[in-house]
Amino acid sequence: MHRSSLSSSPSFSVSAVRQAFPILARQVHGRPLAYLDNAATTQKPRAVLDAIEHYYVTCNANVHRSPHRLSEEATHAYESARQTMARFLNAADPAEIIFVRGVTEAINLVATSFGQWRIGRGDEIVISEMEHHSNIVPWQLLCERTGAILRVIPIDDHGDLILDELPKLLNARTRLVAVTHMSNALGTINPVKQIIDMAHAAGAAVLIDGAQAASHTRIDVQALGCDFYAISGHKMYGPTGIGVLYGRRELLSQMPPYHGGGEMIEQVTWQGTTFREPPARFEAGTPDIAGAIGLAAAVDYLESVGLDAIAAHEDTLLDYATRELSAIDGLRIIGTAKRKGPVVSFTVEDVHPHDLGTILDAQGVAIRAGHHCAQPVMHRYDLVATARASMAMYNTTEEIDALVGGIRRAMEMFR
Amino acid sequence: MNSELDDLYREVIIDHSRHPRHFHVMEDADATAEGFNPFCGDRVTVYLKKQDDRLADISFQGKGCAICMASASIMTQTVRGRRTDDALRLFDWFHNLLTVDQPSTQPPDEQAEPLAVLAGVRQFPIRVKCATLAWHALKTAMTRGGGVASTE
Repeated sequence: MHRSSLSSSPSFSVSAVRQAFPILARQVHGRPLAYLDNAATTQKPRAVLDAIEHYYVTCNANVHRSPHRLSEEATHAYESARQTMARFLNAADPAEIIFVRGVTEAINLVATSFGQWRIGRGDEIVISEMEHHSNIVPWQLLCERTGAILRVIPIDDHGDLILDELPKLLNARTRLVAVTHMSNALGTINPVKQIIDMAHAAGAAVLIDGAQAASHTRIDVQALGCDFYAISGHKMYGPTGIGVLYGRRELLSQMPPYHGGGEMIEQVTWQGTTFREPPARFEAGTPDIAGAIGLAAAVDYLESVGLDAIAAHEDTLLDYATRELSAIDGLRIIGTAKRKGPVVSFTVEDVHPHDLGTILDAQGVAIRAGHHCAQPVMHRYDLVATARASMAMYNTTEEIDALVGGIRRAMEMFR
Repeated sequence: MNSELDDLYREVIIDHSRHPRHFHVMEDADATAEGFNPFCGDRVTVYLKKQDDRLADISFQGKGCAICMASASIMTQTVRGRRTDDALRLFDWFHNLLTVDQPSTQPPDEQAEPLAVLAGVRQFPIRVKCATLAWHALKTAMTRGGGVASTE
């Protein structure tokens, strides 16, 4: 059993990592916090908090506008953040990085803008049964607006996509395939490269929802060959309210604007308005400058710890949690896919997930209970809700032991 | 904290959640209403039979957490036979018990006393909706004759 030497990487130290996250020192209800709700949002390292403060303390100004030193510095910091994100995703060009509020806004942007350009009545969009509501509802709205048709790749009992069904769903009318890289409710990591190749062979563009994957796996948009890739800063140790939509330049440059306003225009007259090239075309108004700087600091931090070392540590945690939870009589793990990120969804006999969440909280253990914004997944398993423990780089096996102890206590209360 | 937890999950509450009272569909109900909490997916349906302006009979069906089920069960016991305006006043008292800063903790009458075991919910603001879901459905059934009540 792995106890202290958790990682295969000699340089990775979970205690050093924990030192970098001030919030982990706090107590909840008199117990040390065991934060296992990372799929909802991750905690922020000191480096991110410092970067945001540094921006406001030293060079707060609007970007791309005013002829003064502060604005120059703010613009430089903001555009450097764009370059950091381009490097992180291995985009060919920083102009392919659009700062948005998060994955939800990224997908709505594509649904609206790509939708307006490419999707009409009778055209088809393919998503999967394991999508988060943010990768379902924008497409349903688009279908209502345009008369396009939404098709769904089913999942099996383990929570793996039934990929054999995909060729049957693809045809000459398929305009876009939008799937998650990693399921927030089941933990499944999807074979996105294979999906992208299949969709491209059918002539469809592909959007990958990377909200969950970005903090756990190395992402290379060029190697994947996807057309769009969306990430949320707050799920990868960055601030809330900031995220990135990567879009292939060739597509972005042909797409109409999403929001109208300042910064995205070339010329505005009463006869009409012309728009700037990407990314400016898609960043109307004053952007979240501090958020972008904070997100870039999160990426720098992730890379300083090492993505491979983080993944190795999280794999160990996932194996440990899966083994320990499986040993509890009456506990059923929902989501047993072949490849998983560090997420374990489960139900406990006779204890409703919501009650379990409250009882665990009283012991300092923070988990999520509910439908995880993925109601179709819950329906697929004939459930209303599950409990979910989701791990991050700073979690330890001791915290999983606290989770297991808390579950046993809850089961005793309801026995 | 653990005493707060014990206050929340009193034995009476666990008993009601495992063996809810008046827990059945009422085929000949005069009014039914569903309560749905989109936050957690809990769902209860409340059935009423009215006689003049009294709740001659009440039952419920549904699926939810222990707090939701126990509260619905205790509700049926405490409002059965009441006049509808009296039942609405009791909901107000119960809602205040869980939400206002210095509530009146004395139940308004003897029949209402079992509600006091739910007072521990006030220490868990996120769970107040669980405890009031069935009450929202009851209110909808009484005042609108039926429909869907949401805690949102």
